[in-house]
Order: sequence, then structure tokens, then C-alpha cells
Amino acid sequence: MINKFKYEFGFLPLFILFALVAPLIFDVNTSTGNIIYSTVLVVILFSYIGLRFKDWVVNNIIDAVFYALLFNVIFILPGFFKDNETLLSADRFVLIVMTIAFIIYKLVGKLKASKSQRLSENKTLVDLSGSVISIIIGLLFGLVIMLIFNPSQAFEGFWIILQGGFNEGFRSLGNTIYFAVPIILTGLSVAFAFRTGLFNIGASGQFTMGAFVAIFIGVKWGFIADINPLLHWFVAVFFAIIAGGIWGAIPGYLKAFNNVNEVVSSIMLNYIAMYINVLLIKKYIYNTAYNRTYDILSSSETPGLNLQHLFPNSSINGGIVVAILTVYLLHVILNKTTFGFELKAVGLNKSAAKYAGMNSKVNIVKSMAIAGGVAGLAGALTYLVAGKFLIPETVILSQGFTGIAISLLGLSSPIGVLFAGLFFGYLQQGGYYLQLLDFKPEIIDIIIAVIIYLSALSLFIQKFVIKGLKRRDDKNQQSEVIEGSDV
Amino acid sequence: MEYIVEMLNITKEFPGIKANDNVTLQLKKGEIHALLGENGAGKSTLMSVLFGLYTPEEGTIKVRGEEVVITNPNDANVHGIGMVHQHFKLVHNFTVAENIVLGYEDTKFGFLKFDDAVKKINDLSDKYKLKVDTSSLISDISVGMQQRVEILKMLYRDAEILIFDEPTAVLTPQEIEELMGIMKDLTKEGKSIILITHKLNEIKQVADRCSVLRKGKYIGTVEVENTSVEKMAEMMVGREVNFVVDKEDAKPKDTVLEVKNLTVRNHRLLKDVVKDISFEAKRGEILCIAGIEGNGQTQLVEAITGLTHVTSGNILLKGNDITKFSVREKNNAGVSHIPEDRHKHGLVLDYSLEENLILQSYFEEKFQERGFLRFDEIRQHAKKLIANFDIRSGKGPTTSARSMSGGNQQKAIVAREIDRDTDLLIAVQPTRGLDVGAIEYIHKQLIAQRDAGKAVLLISLELDEVLNVSDRIIVMYEGEAVGEFDPKKTNENELGLYMAGSKRSEA
Repeated sequence: MINKFKYEFGFLPLFILFALVAPLIFDVNTSTGNIIYSTVLVVILFSYIGLRFKDWVVNNIIDAVFYALLFNVIFILPGFFKDNETLLSADRFVLIVMTIAFIIYKLVGKLKASKSQRLSENKTLVDLSGSVISIIIGLLFGLVIMLIFNPSQAFEGFWIILQGGFNEGFRSLGNTIYFAVPIILTGLSVAFAFRTGLFNIGASGQFTMGAFVAIFIGVKWGFIADINPLLHWFVAVFFAIIAGGIWGAIPGYLKAFNNVNEVVSSIMLNYIAMYINVLLIKKYIYNTAYNRTYDILSSSETPGLNLQHLFPNSSINGGIVVAILTVYLLHVILNKTTFGFELKAVGLNKSAAKYAGMNSKVNIVKSMAIAGGVAGLAGALTYLVAGKFLIPETVILSQGFTGIAISLLGLSSPIGVLFAGLFFGYLQQGGYYLQLLDFKPEIIDIIIAVIIYLSALSLFIQKFVIKGLKRRDDKNQQSEVIEGSDV
Repeated sequence: MEYIVEMLNITKEFPGIKANDNVTLQLKKGEIHALLGENGAGKSTLMSVLFGLYTPEEGTIKVRGEEVVITNPNDANVHGIGMVHQHFKLVHNFTVAENIVLGYEDTKFGFLKFDDAVKKINDLSDKYKLKVDTSSLISDISVGMQQRVEILKMLYRDAEILIFDEPTAVLTPQEIEELMGIMKDLTKEGKSIILITHKLNEIKQVADRCSVLRKGKYIGTVEVENTSVEKMAEMMVGREVNFVVDKEDAKPKDTVLEVKNLTVRNHRLLKDVVKDISFEAKRGEILCIAGIEGNGQTQLVEAITGLTHVTSGNILLKGNDITKFSVREKNNAGVSHIPEDRHKHGLVLDYSLEENLILQSYFEEKFQERGFLRFDEIRQHAKKLIANFDIRSGKGPTTSARSMSGGNQQKAIVAREIDRDTDLLIAVQPTRGLDVGAIEYIHKQLIAQRDAGKAVLLISLELDEVLNVSDRIIVMYEGEAVGEFDPKKTNENELGLYMAGSKRSEA
């Protein structure tokens, strides 16, 4: 009862009350008013989330306040500062300092959270060092390839790759984020299915279906914009998710009820999606003059949310917000809900899940539908952008496959996938600036592919990390003997 | 005295645990040397060291007086060391001869010299009275014969030192008897045997000497002839052990479970694995289904618990027909199930202990609120069960199930199932692979549940357990109930004959 009061009867009405009453008390459109307004709302919201989920992402009032400040720095202040470059620079500086400080703070907290004295049993430490080491190995391999193809400029080029998203300051950083969004989402799609023991190799097909539906609605359903301009984008995204979800649910259904291997069926669906895509584009939204789809209406473009002030001249848009929300949503589903408890149990031990009375068949379908929906969302966010088109050609879109690597690199955890996706975007930007040197674009792709490929070896690297840490642990506690383990 | 194998001061460490701490094992030529210890005492580790699967940190191994380094099983073979694994390592769709030759093939110009091989096998089989049919498929022969194939496999490789890892776990009393004879014959021919077991009666029966390990430490070596079973048990467990299960007579009350003409068909094998079985389990009694592994007990339980489809017949729980219920519905209706395979069914090994303790009840009001798990309640629940059932683990509720010992994993399952407080408790081989201390504990729990007025259905392969714990025994053979017994009026031999299918009472 007390819990219920704390959660629902406490915070949500407070949130709504403040949201409604505050504008009557003070003018929320002045800069100060707006900042106070958004800060209080975000603090209330995050305090609620923190108390509700008891999660390391948000677990106390300090976190809630921090997120509120970050919210202001990113979304509110640039709106007021947009004509003053000095203030904007200051804002960016604050953003960078805050982000780095907070990531370190969270990381240290998470590393310390392990109850075990033994370093080798500290999962965060093992996961993290596995990923970092494999990234370093990947980068070194990239360097080797550069040395082979263009020895004179290899080190210069390597430096550009390392600089990645910082090559042109906040412009390239914005592009990093922009390119990371679809990859994060397809990575999430693969990772989520993987937690249920399914290998969703069909993210590309789901992505394609989502992309087509989004563009179709963006081009054709202008009537929605007449009702409410914001609604158009939402409708397009919504149906893209549904389309991707259906495309994911098909192999899920076949797997659950007919025991058809989801790898085979979802790969096949990639091809079907590809041809359906070509067919439907040519039939409904084909711009014959340019051999591509028509331009989407501006009302269906992904909103920019003031991010373009902070990241000038970059392609960044609100897609990253959607991606981060999806990451957190899936994180909560997997770790905090009975549904996630079932999904993970089915993924880890199908027989035990069956024994426990969980309906693993339905769970498999649900899991694949959600995975497909997320891939569909990725398709929508990729193409609901001015100047993006689908071309009716018989090529399977690569984002779904990149998602597999990202999922591996992120160790199938939503938060890990977020950072892995950003890392990929960062490298891609590095590759973009590598064109300044005498590197062929294909070689750049190869280098990035190699880095990602080797980075995804983190699970393999982890074994060595554990070995090394265990040796250290054993030295530290040589005489102690812990009983009770089967050998 | 000449030792054929000496393992001197072996220490093998795993992170956080010394699996073998300064252990010494000396095997005389031509003796049967038992290696006794509870689960996790380090028996398997010691044998893995000898077999070259692990490299010890300290200590030396001498074979025939010479110091050797064994780094892999091939080295072990070279030194004449062979092992019969607890779970046979045979290729099921190969013939007996093919399995024996596998990995040790003699070839001429790249072609198998198969006839020579078969001749050698037949010679060996005559010499040691190991009757096998070289041309049958492994999948068609009995478990006892499979074991003989494993033994022949070692002999074919000219092994002098034979390691038997819990060889009797899957055999009938008669087959055990036969195996004991084979082992004695082998030693007469000059072979030396290490017998890994925790069954004291078998040691008493065949072994010459017995070395005891406890928690990785070497406790001592005794002459079996001069040592009582009680003394050996005490050495193994470190305290006195009560062999006889204390219990009062059963006072059966009303029927909880009623199985009527139950038949389960395996559609892949195209045969009925459970044939027309009927029985009742009453409150306040332990009904035991005895039988050799693979005679339909597993499928019978799966049918009752909902894991398998019932082909025909009915299952009634407290008078309600639950035949067509799903697993969840049966759980909720009042069926608890301690599964046969705790790693496959009982636990999600990568889940923590507390998560495993709510495996069937996570959806209950107590543990969730609108789909969100209530972690505080889950932790409380885990702490309560850990305290009540004495589940030991490294990090309490958050220990991953994988890192717990077998006995404690089983305790966790027993705790979970008993805590659900249902009318029917089905326990399938609840003491499988556990040490004496844990077995004692689980038997006490089962009897306590019986006395608390629940119906307990026990499925067991161990005749000791069947006779000691149960109040009524049904023997299953080839999917049929072939006889019903009162444990006070029967004995191992009678049950053994029914279990092997050589006798049946016509109902």
C-alpha cells in the first residue's frame, strides 16, 4: 500500500499537477521560467523512475537532478542561446564535462557494486575490459591494414580514425550520433532476441519493412498533418514499428509452433522484404525522374528538438532521443519485469522455463515481434529525414547485419548496445574524414569492418581477462580456501 | 610392496578452492582400490589429474615406479591408464566393435583392419567374460552391456590401470553383482582398479583398500576388511551418519493423486513409453515408483506434471481431472515437482539463487506488481528459504546457481518446491549424485512432508532409498507397472527381478 502511494499516488499526480499549474503561476516561456519548469518536471519524472525500478541508471535524487540539468543543457538552453556563439560554446563545454564526469561516476559506482572481493567475479569489470581490449585489438588490426595499403599515410590516417567524431568538433559529433541511431536500434533488435535465445538475423528485412511503411506514410498520408502536424511523424513511426514487428513475428511463430530454425526463416524473409520493397516502391511511391522514392512531407520528418543548435551543420535529429528511450525501455523490460524474467529464462534454459510453467512458445513470438518492431523503428528513423530516399534496387540493407556486430560488441545488453552503436558511429565519422587522405572509400569500409569484426570478439577476450584476473585474485588470497564448489 | 600408480602430495587449485590439497593415492598392482568421498570432495579432480585432464600445481605422479608427466588423456593411455566414465562415451549409431576401435584404429594403407580388431575384441571378451555382441548397435543393447563395451574399450587399448567412475549408478542389482564379478576377474588377470564411489556396500563387497577424501583433503587409507561401513562413512562425512531412516508408519488418508489407465506414446520411437498405468497416491504416504532408468518413469512424471502430452487415460488431483492442464495450471492446482535433472529442468543456472527460488511463483501477487518484479520481496523470500533449508552459497541470494555445489543446488530446489506448500510432491531421484549428508537431509525432508499430510510420489533408482524411505512401492518395467510391494515385506532381490523384467505379478 505504501509503495503504491509512493509510486502512483505520489509522483504522477505531482508531475501532472506541476505541469498544469506552473504555467498559471509564472511565465514558462521566459528563459528562467522554462528552465525551472523543465528541471522540476524532469526531476519528478526521474525520481519516480528511480524509485520505481531501483536501477543503477537512475537510483537516487542526485541522478534525477543530474538528468534534469543535462536535459536543460541539451534541449532548453541552446534554444535561448542560438544567436550567441559564445554562450553556445560554453553550453557545449558544460555538456562535455557533465557527460564525462557522469559516465565516470556511474562506472565507478557500477564497478564497486559487485559484492565479491574477487576481481574475476566482478561482471562489470570483466565485461568492460573485454570490450575495451577487443576494441584496441580491432584498432591495431585496422592500423595494420592501413600500413599495407598506404604505408606513408597510415599513421596520419590512424590518428584521424581515433579522432573519429571529434574531427570537426560538434558537427562531426552530431553526425556520429545521427549515424549511430539506426545501428543502435538494429543492435538492440538483435540483442533483445538473443536474450530469449533467438538469433535475429532478419533485422535487415524488418528494417526494410519499417523503412518502406514510414516513407509511404510520410509521402502519402499528408492528411494526418492537417489534423495535427506532430501526429504525422508519430503515425509513420507507429506503423513502421508494427510492420517490422509483424515481419519479426513470422519467424518467431514458425520457430515456436513449427520448430523452424529462426536463422533460416528470417534470412529468407530478408529477401522477401527486399523484393516486396522494390515492388511496392515502384507501384506506389516511385519518383521515376530520379529512380527513387518521392520526398517525404516535411511534417513527417523526425523533429530536431533544438539539437541542431548544439551540433551545428550536422544531420542530427531527435532520433537519438527515441533510441535512448528504447534502450531504457528494453533495459527495464529485460531486468525489471516478469515478462523479462520469463524471456531470459527461456533464453538461458528452455527446459527449465517449460518446467516452471512459462509459455515459451508465446514468449518466443513476443520476443521476435518486439525485436522486429525495434528494427522497424530503426528503418523509420533512418528514412524519416529530409533528403533520404529508398532506391528500388535488389540489395539487402546492411544495417541489420551491422546490428549483429553491435549486439555482440555490446554483449547483448541494451545499455552496452547503446555505447557500441555510438562507437560505431564514431568510427564511421573517422572513416568519413579519412577521405581527406589518399584512401579509397572501399578501404575505409574494410578498415571499419575489420575493427568492428574484431571488436565483437569481446566474449572471446573476456576469457583471457577472467584468467588474468583470477591469477591476481589467487595471489591476493592464497591461503584462503572457500568450500562448497563442485569440481 | 610394489605400487603401480602413486600420486604423491597432489595439490590442484581452482580459484577460491583447493580441490585437492596434498592428496596421496597409492595403488598396488592387482588390487581394487576404492576412492571414497562426498560430492565435491575432489575425487573426480584427482582422477582427472591422473587421466591428464588437469595439471596439478604440486605433487608427482609415478607409474610403475617412474615419475611421469601426464598432460592429456593420450599420455594416460600410453601409460596404460583407462577410464570408464559415469556417463558412457559411446556413439549410439555405431556398432559395439566400431565404438571399441574408435580413436585407436589400426589401418593398412589407410584402410581399417577391422577383422583383426573384431578378433581381438572377441578374444578379450572371452578372456574376461565380458559378453558383448560386436555387431549390434549401441542403441539396441542394454545399459549393462554398454558398460561392458566401455570396459572392453579400455582393455582393447591394453590398459593396466582401470578407473571406474561411479559404475553402478545405472545398473540393476543383478547387473551390479555381475560387474563386481568382472572387476574381481580383472584383478586376477593382473589389472589394477580404482573404483570411485560413495556407495559403501559396494566398497565393502569388492575393494581391498579404500582411500577417503573430504573437502579436498586426504583423510586416510584403510584396509576394507578390517573397517566397518560406519567407520568409513564417518571418515567420509566427518561425523557419525545415521543409515537407517527414522520414520513412523504411514497413516494414509484421502487420495490426492489418482492416475487412471495412463498411456504416453512417444511419437518418434513409435511406441508407448508408459502403458496403461493406474495408481493412487494418498495423503500421508510416500509412494515410490522403482525401476531401472529408462523404463518410463521419466515420461510418467512428465505426463503428471504436464511436460508431456497424455495419449490416453486420466490424471485426477483431489478428484479434479487435470489431464489436460498446462504445466502452470497444474502447478497452481497443487503439484510440486523436484525434477530428475536439476541442471536441465530444475534451475536456470545463470540466474541467481533468489531468481531460481521464484522460478514458478514470480507471477504471484507477492512477487510482482503490475508486471514489475518486487525485488525486496524476492530477496526476503530467498533469505527465508536459505535460513530454513540451510542452503549454503558464496554470496547468499545473489550467488549464481551455476557456482553452487550439487548438494546445495538440490537443496534450493527442494526448498522451493516444499515452500510452495502443495498437496502433491513429486520427487524424481532427489538424491542423485548427492553425498551422504545431503541424502540424509533430503530423506528427512520427504518424510517431514509426508507427516505434514502431503502425498509424496518418489521416483528412485536406488533400491536402498526405495526400501528405506517409501511406504509403498510400484515397480515399472518397459512402461508398465509390473508389481506393487510393501517395503517391509520385500527385499532387494525380489525387486531386482521385477525391475529387470524377469518376473511380474499379473494384476
